[in-house]
Amino acid sequence: MADNGNAVELRGVVKRFDDFVALRRADLDVPEGSFVTFLGPSGCGKTTTLRMIAGLLDPSEGDILVKGRRINDVPIHRRNLGLVFQNYALFPHKSIFDNVAFGLKYRRVSRSEVTRRVREALALVRLPDVEERLPIQLSGGQQQRIALARAIVFEPDVLLLDEPLSALDANLREEMRIELKRIQRELGIATIFVTHDQSEALAMSDKVVVMNHGVIEQEGTPEAVYNEPATAFVADFLGHSNILPARVRGREGDYYRVALEDTGMEILTAAGNAGPLETGAPVRLVLRAERLRLGDGHEHRDGDTLLNARVDTVDYQGQLARYFLSVAGMQLQAINAIDRRPFAEGATVQVRVRGDDCVILHGHGD
Amino acid sequence: MTATARGDRRPWVLLTPALTAVTLLLVIPACFIVVYSFWLRTGTGAEQAGFYLDNWREVLTDPFYRDILGQTLRIAGISTLVCALLGYMPAYFIAYTRFRHRAYLLLLLMLPFWISYIIRTMSWISILGVSGAVNALLQWLGIIDEPLQMLYNEPSVILGLVHFLLPFMILNIYVSLDGIDRSLTDAAKSLGCTGWQAFREVTLPLSLPGLAAGCLLCFVLGAGTYITPMILGGPTDAMFANLVYEAIITQLNWPLGSALSLVLLALLGGLVAIYTRYLGIDQIAKSFR
Repeated sequence: MADNGNAVELRGVVKRFDDFVALRRADLDVPEGSFVTFLGPSGCGKTTTLRMIAGLLDPSEGDILVKGRRINDVPIHRRNLGLVFQNYALFPHKSIFDNVAFGLKYRRVSRSEVTRRVREALALVRLPDVEERLPIQLSGGQQQRIALARAIVFEPDVLLLDEPLSALDANLREEMRIELKRIQRELGIATIFVTHDQSEALAMSDKVVVMNHGVIEQEGTPEAVYNEPATAFVADFLGHSNILPARVRGREGDYYRVALEDTGMEILTAAGNAGPLETGAPVRLVLRAERLRLGDGHEHRDGDTLLNARVDTVDYQGQLARYFLSVAGMQLQAINAIDRRPFAEGATVQVRVRGDDCVILHGHGD
Repeated sequence: MTATARGDRRPWVLLTPALTAVTLLLVIPACFIVVYSFWLRTGTGAEQAGFYLDNWREVLTDPFYRDILGQTLRIAGISTLVCALLGYMPAYFIAYTRFRHRAYLLLLLMLPFWISYIIRTMSWISILGVSGAVNALLQWLGIIDEPLQMLYNEPSVILGLVHFLLPFMILNIYVSLDGIDRSLTDAAKSLGCTGWQAFREVTLPLSLPGLAAGCLLCFVLGAGTYITPMILGGPTDAMFANLVYEAIITQLNWPLGSALSLVLLALLGGLVAIYTRYLGIDQIAKSFR
């Protein structure tokens, strides 16, 4: 098969466990050298997909290709993929050197070459002086670096990371996130990263694949999945969104005018990628919480809708505050930066809804 | 009194009942045994209290005792080895099976303990004895004319011991296999190992502490037994504990029996001490993070 620049391809891959479907017909490309994240809640099928690519599970249907070669029937030990586990999975009875050298030992590499490459890998993860130690003598973050060194030392075709940061505490996690991205860039290795943490996914990825209940809900750049969610699930899972059932009233230039089902309130919303919609069509309007601007009195601009709201509850978070608002009996949430002090509970505020920030989803959903 | 001092005392309060029982039932009787071993049995059969080294001299210099001791260690050693070889695979199977009722497999392993050890040992007579099941079958098939003499020799003693000790070995290996993180073998395979190589590199070395603990337990239990050689052994297959039994129950020579039992205690205790020194708790803890 011709090399089409993809490190990994999934073609109609299905995974069933007895009568439970873990993955429904997934088609996916992981371009050479890119960082792709599988993002979703637990049980969404992201780890199952990773384990199938790794060779730890067999797909029920479909083909998995690595560098254009079908690998369904290639056993795991001949797939040449670097795998990093959530719990590091370092060999507790082997020294750090032997852990890192492990993959080379099964690849007929000369002894001097092994030493050179292990040292190189340890330098890359910035832990050059721990060769003689046992894994238990290292901290969690250090163990994770060693696990990474072990996975890249034999120059695998693809790097597979199964929630590698989730066992670390918050500060260390952010530090490792930057390290991991640096190492991936330096090596230029195609990487698949599995996580349930949206900020990890958005910060690190070239492409985010949002999964839910064994279905790929959306794939695209972090900006695309964040700003233009294709489904209510994506809108809800990434950040905080208000998802409001509405009906189309008509088109006004680049905007649709929609009426909210609950209140009849009319809002202008960018047509964007919504495609043609007939008058009266049921839709859902996605309003991101942090895009709703609260103020004492906004001047009106084209494409905006101004709503009068009452602040019910304030969730104070330091530089941000999350407001729970009621607008004519309808509940909305908004996240705004705080200018000195947040709006008080019970205060009346004006909410600016910019049409360009709204996203329309077809139908009323389930 | 500070809170810390009170806190320090609490474990001792909780341990008191157990310590009392151990002291009354184990430590004090053991002291009696030590004292007894220096007494002397006179020609009339009476015991003479005092400090005599005669028993110890006899036990430590008579080649008869030395030979029986050697035979005891050999039989226990062979039985332990056979248990290790036979026990690893079932332990591995129970630890790694996807069978939903794994707990029942473990229960099955415990099942023999519900029947008296003596009855379990004697059951071999009706299987391998002259008029036992195997001989009856072979004669019925016409393969042999005369019944085979399969019992009352060293192999039958080892057979009985293996039958008795195998569950201990399997349980010990199972526990250490069960404690091994499954992602370690996945990691080994992803790095280029076949299943067998991953077993050799990861699973086997990490299960060695359990195997060692199983071996120690089997060896100590095997070396201290007297029922198996009594029921399944011939006249020359006595083990060291049989000598103790003989001295105390048959000859009523408590001083000699005490000295003999202390020799066995010292030997097996020394073995446990060596194990703890080189493969002890520290080593096990180290292996499993």
